[in-house]
Amino acid sequence: MSAGNLKSRHQQPTPDDVEPGDSVRPGHPVQVSRYTVAARINHWVTALSLILLALSGMALFTPSLFFLTGLFGGGQWTRALHPWIGVVLFFSFAGLFLRFWKANLPAREDGTWLARISDVLRGREERLPEIGKYNAGQKFVFWGMSGLIIVLIASGIAMWDQYFYAFTSIEQKRVAVLVHAVAAVCIICVWIIHVYAAIWVKGTIGAMTRGKVTGGWAWRHHRKWLRELVGTRPGKRPPTPAE
Amino acid sequence: MFPPIPNPSVASDAATPRFGEKDILRRSASEVTPPAQRLTEVAKLIDVSKCIGCKACQAACLEWNNLTEEIGFNHGVYTNPMDLTPDTFTLMRFTEWVNPETENLEWLIRKDGCMHCEDPGCLKACPAPGAIVQYSNGIVDFQHDNCIGCGYCIKGCPFNIPRISKVDHTAYKCTLCSDRVAVGQGPACQKACPTQAIVFGTKDEMKDWAELRITDLKSRGFANAGLYDPPGVGGTHVMYVLHHADTPSIYAGLPDNPRISPLVDAWKGVTKYVGLAVMGFAAAAGFLHYVVAGPNKVSEEDEENAERLADGTPPPAPPAGLQEGRTP
Repeated sequence: MSAGNLKSRHQQPTPDDVEPGDSVRPGHPVQVSRYTVAARINHWVTALSLILLALSGMALFTPSLFFLTGLFGGGQWTRALHPWIGVVLFFSFAGLFLRFWKANLPAREDGTWLARISDVLRGREERLPEIGKYNAGQKFVFWGMSGLIIVLIASGIAMWDQYFYAFTSIEQKRVAVLVHAVAAVCIICVWIIHVYAAIWVKGTIGAMTRGKVTGGWAWRHHRKWLRELVGTRPGKRPPTPAE
Repeated sequence: MFPPIPNPSVASDAATPRFGEKDILRRSASEVTPPAQRLTEVAKLIDVSKCIGCKACQAACLEWNNLTEEIGFNHGVYTNPMDLTPDTFTLMRFTEWVNPETENLEWLIRKDGCMHCEDPGCLKACPAPGAIVQYSNGIVDFQHDNCIGCGYCIKGCPFNIPRISKVDHTAYKCTLCSDRVAVGQGPACQKACPTQAIVFGTKDEMKDWAELRITDLKSRGFANAGLYDPPGVGGTHVMYVLHHADTPSIYAGLPDNPRISPLVDAWKGVTKYVGLAVMGFAAAAGFLHYVVAGPNKVSEEDEENAERLADGTPPPAPPAGLQEGRTP
């Protein structure tokens, strides 16, 4: 980060969607670093929390899924653990938020991307504008998760009777359980979109496991970002052995 | 005087419970086949006009249920403790009320506790199968082995009755002494009441008895005397005779028109079904999209273009007519 930032002070500023650690390494194929180790660990802690929350929450949401409490050691354990996992998710996601919020600010091409959503769904990316690190769909997932997690933690605390019973009225608790349930349904849908997109767009999952994608993937899906990375590469080409 | 319930028989078969599992009308978070024959509905009638506020009922409840309330503080009022707790299933609530018509101070004393609703909000809200059951005689009972301590019953209850114990993390409330009723006895509070302000019998008997009491009260000038058996929750199996039945809320906040909150109805009803449907739809849409559109793969050409870009050789210009919307 320091090298890039120091350089950019003299050249053009680093674009919003280039995050610390993002870099290009020429080769066959070109390797593009997309997520640092810390970002990936942060992501998977969040992911595991969200999955555990969905399972334990669904168990308490509908009697037909109450059997899922067995995964957590029974009903009492599920009731006791669910809010604490929520606290883990909140802080873990806060870490992701601080890492990713800047790259998820709206960009001009987002409107065009959304207007051509049918081309997106058909996989005709040659008909789409060049996209930065995140497309409008990814930004929707990011901001959707951010907003819903705020709603879920706030309503969750209002119904966490073990510690916070005295702080809300029963009528407020009733609002909280309804809001919590609706927000949970929404966040699970956002999660389904997120996971499905990662499965559908081949070569994506490696970004969150090994931290890298191929140059072709970046060219196809996030060409603006790739151009920015190539443009801000110190010393440009050819790469020195020391790099 | 209402004929008192006779003392229990000492015959060997008298302790056989007269109702149980087979008489369960509703069971939380479960589907049950209702029993073919419904037991006679029972009810407890609390005549506030006869209550002298002695708290014998409160003491009898602690004693029968083997509860020990924490030693609290004197807040300068007769109500003690100040609210229902996991150890106080029933509580005398004292209200000093000035009747605007007569300018008289009236001391309203109401024995608070579970109303044993015909349509119990606690049972509706409960997510744990079998933690709350309703017997066909109208008694709503908590089964502590199944309770998970989530407190949803508190949100479901229109009367603010259940309390979660900090000791075993399960919900507690009046059982209507289901164990006593099962062997032909009345509840402990009723047994202890010295003035017959609390009577117990079948729901029909109690309504008839209430009618006599209301007629008596009206003859004494309480024109608004009446029975509190709120229809919003399908009626209750604990009923009050109130001398001011037109304004139940003056009796320490007894709800005027109790019903299960629409928020709870929405949460346990439409949200559950629509929510599951929406999540199922999202997953199915993803699956269908994959089948129809196929995976979105990176081509060899994409890789070559990226290599050219990284090497500094200009990659081919994108096809004409697709420039719009691009950032410069």
